[in-house]
Amino acid sequence: MPGDDGYQHDLLVIGGGGAGLRAAIAAAEESNRLSIAVLSKVYPMRSHTVSAEGGTAAVMRENDSLDTHAKDTIFGSDFLADQDVVEVFVKEAPGEVIQLEHWGCPWSRDPDGRVSVRPFGGMTVNRTLYAADKTGFHMLHALFQTSLKYEKITRYDEWFATSLLIEDGKVCGVTALNLHDGQMRPIVAKAVIMCTGGAGRIFPFTTNAAIKTGDGMALAYRAGVALKDMEFVQYHPTGLPGTGILITEAARGEGGHLKNKDGYRYLQDYGLGPPTDTPVHRKMELGPRDILSRCHIQEHQKGRTFDGPYGHYVHLDLRHLGEKLIDKNLPFVRELARNYVGIDPVHEPIPVRPVVHYMMGGISTDITGKTSLNGLYAAGEAACVSINGANRLGSNSLTELLVFGARAGRAAARHALERPALRSNPLAQLASDERRRLDQRFLRADGREKIADIREEMQKALESGCGIYRDRATMEGACQTLRKLRERFAHISLADKDAVFNTELIAALELECTLDVAETVARSALAREESRGSHTRTDFPKRDDARFLKHSLAYQTPDGPRIEYLPVTITRWPPEERKY
Amino acid sequence: MTEETMTLEVTRYRPGHDREPRTQSFTVPYRTDWVVLDALNHIKDRIDGTLSYRWSCRMGVCGSCGMMVNGVPKLTCAAFLRDYRPGPIRVEPLANFPVIRDLVIALDDFMEKLRRVKPWIIRAVEKPVSDGEYLQTPAQLDAYKQFSMCINCMLCYAACPVYGLEPAFLGPAAIALAYRYNLDSRDEGYRLREPVLSEAVGVWECTFVGECSVVCPKGVDPAAAIQRSKLAGATDWLLSMIMPWAGRR
Ligand SMILES: Cc1cc2nc3c(=O)[nH]c(=O)nc-3n(C[C@H](O)[C@H](O)[C@H](O)COP(=O)(O)OP(=O)(O)OC[C@H]3O[C@@H](n4cnc5c(N)ncnc54)[C@H](O)[C@@H]3O)c2cc1C
Ligand code: SF4
Ligand code: FES
Repeated sequence: MPGDDGYQHDLLVIGGGGAGLRAAIAAAEESNRLSIAVLSKVYPMRSHTVSAEGGTAAVMRENDSLDTHAKDTIFGSDFLADQDVVEVFVKEAPGEVIQLEHWGCPWSRDPDGRVSVRPFGGMTVNRTLYAADKTGFHMLHALFQTSLKYEKITRYDEWFATSLLIEDGKVCGVTALNLHDGQMRPIVAKAVIMCTGGAGRIFPFTTNAAIKTGDGMALAYRAGVALKDMEFVQYHPTGLPGTGILITEAARGEGGHLKNKDGYRYLQDYGLGPPTDTPVHRKMELGPRDILSRCHIQEHQKGRTFDGPYGHYVHLDLRHLGEKLIDKNLPFVRELARNYVGIDPVHEPIPVRPVVHYMMGGISTDITGKTSLNGLYAAGEAACVSINGANRLGSNSLTELLVFGARAGRAAARHALERPALRSNPLAQLASDERRRLDQRFLRADGREKIADIREEMQKALESGCGIYRDRATMEGACQTLRKLRERFAHISLADKDAVFNTELIAALELECTLDVAETVARSALAREESRGSHTRTDFPKRDDARFLKHSLAYQTPDGPRIEYLPVTITRWPPEERKY
Repeated sequence: MTEETMTLEVTRYRPGHDREPRTQSFTVPYRTDWVVLDALNHIKDRIDGTLSYRWSCRMGVCGSCGMMVNGVPKLTCAAFLRDYRPGPIRVEPLANFPVIRDLVIALDDFMEKLRRVKPWIIRAVEKPVSDGEYLQTPAQLDAYKQFSMCINCMLCYAACPVYGLEPAFLGPAAIALAYRYNLDSRDEGYRLREPVLSEAVGVWECTFVGECSVVCPKGVDPAAAIQRSKLAGATDWLLSMIMPWAGRR
């Protein structure tokens, strides 16, 4: 553990997932003069990137082109992605996945030794690299293990960042709580990169791990930075009922079928047909996630889904793929289905339903990962740069971590090199103010509200107000509930007053973050009076480019988020109707 | 109808309050699809907010939630209540590790060992990214794949009789990982890992009872890695003296 002056670095990365580790390594390679720190509330290899299954997209083959990848991404985004950013993304993607190959990632291979590529939803060509169906696991461990070789990278494992330190309008580090001893310390740095991941836990039913509570988004938002495009929340069409555990899209990429209770491949009724035996790009089960999730709801409304203890579901049928292929390319799917729903997909179809999966929105950054706040950068799911627009294509996000993690790492490194040394004395004062805030708020207070109650009500409000289909009344209801919950949160009571490994305190801090993030989602959604990508309004069923070909920006005010708009950058692909 | 319940006997330890770990019983609803972790979350949310433990993915891949369940190291997100009926279920922190609090163990020792085995690709000459990927056939991938599946959950350390007695022992997962890189056709770092590895498999007497492989939830088979490293050690060392950058199989 560093000494008292040891909490000073040139560059501080918050988050040890794919984006954070890629950023730290990029910074270390940019200059060996920099002292770099990675601070994470869990050990880096526990980060949520570990759960990603299906794959990571990059143009690898002669039959593919950068323009095709760009076009698929922009089309999938319902034209809300910034096209200059997408062009950079597709261009740098192949180098990044090869770099990861050089760092030991065990990509699945073709017989000739080249890395294999598989089809994925919304992509016109096979371009998704994979490591069986544990792609994120292997990427994260390869990045983490590689990061160990850089002596300039210090780690703060199991430290929780609670606020950004700001002086004269510039970021100077964070205050962070060391879980092991309960001490609050200022970690001083000339540049900070937020790589804190998504916020699926604002919803009750999600593929996201417990740690995905949008902390970094909330910290940036409280510091005056805008959260961009927060209304766009991706539902994945195939989660296990009950737990929300994901059955990867790769299961459909390999040829799995979605069937309703009559055993009928219902997607053909929604313009995605015709059904074929072998998968066809962007058709049927390989349609994009937003559309497939809506088809599920419509199928349910027609009474053609199954009913189970955890609501309606359909079948994902892999039986025709055979045991051999399933074991080779989808072993984790088999393991998960067997363990968590007691079904062997070799012999039985898997019950699945749509589940909250990914936040398209996040901390607003430019193409280098820079935010509007001097010294603050962001990358990964926490950021919105934006390549995903109104709907992310599966397997673009892992690549995003690499491309924009590296970009943010390099940009922040250059910023840190240019900035003069910071004085840590005034910052120590800021940290003790933060400690006092927590003590007063959580440890001394004898309130009456329970964390679990507020969390459950927040999640319910979002599900009923900002689900797959939305309208004004339900969203207004959600906004009101969230305001009230914020008041109730002020009276929260913690049973645990200990310093060491106080996970109840962490849960309270996370809940506070999710409340902020949830409000930006509901408010941005209410303000966008159109349907685009994942944001589907029954009261405004059409896309409205005249009014809303724009990013939304949510700024914090005492009365809740204020929404502003920012034009979308269009380079070579003028908006057209999105039809598959 | 009264709801069916189950009792968990959970180890509690609060540094500064408890001189020694103690056991606390909690009664939770019984659900056929609940895992032990669900029961712990129920306790934390509804009965006692002070209980501390780690978890995140609840799908058996992040490696956070390892604990002793009825004396056996398990991922609690993959241990179903239904397999322990009628109970009670004993839940303790992983054996062989210092306890920070309640069910939370200290991982520092393993994190240090991880770095010592140099778990990254080492090459005499690195190929530029612009020259594309290293070719690796499916057979070459299969050679090390199994040993790359480790989620660092520490169940094998909790089961390892040698580590229990000799904390300096590198231990199953770290050895398996060193072995994984040694077997990777892209790697040339065998000679650099050799000193750490040979000390580990040579000096500390692993008895090859294979407890580690039995408890491993990911089929890594660290015992095989230890055994094969030991057998291979001598010949590979000779080879590496003759051809310094070719010391891999
Ligand atoms: C089940 C599942 C499967 C997926 N499959 C795919 C796929 O096949 N392809 C694809 O492209 N995408 C996939 N995704 C999406 C993708 O995995 C994520 O978007 C991506 O991994 C996010 O990475 P990240 O680095 O931004 O954040 P994370 O990996 O979530 O890391 C966040 C980090 O921030 C740290 N942190 C957070 N808050 C704090 C705080 N307050 N203080 C300190 N540290 C903090 C955490 O400890 C963690 O280290 C999948 C997602 C899920 C849920
Ligand atoms: S070898 Fe197996 S038991 Fe040991 S840490 Fe790795 S996954 Fe866990
Ligand atoms: S919670 Fe991640 S392995 Fe159990």
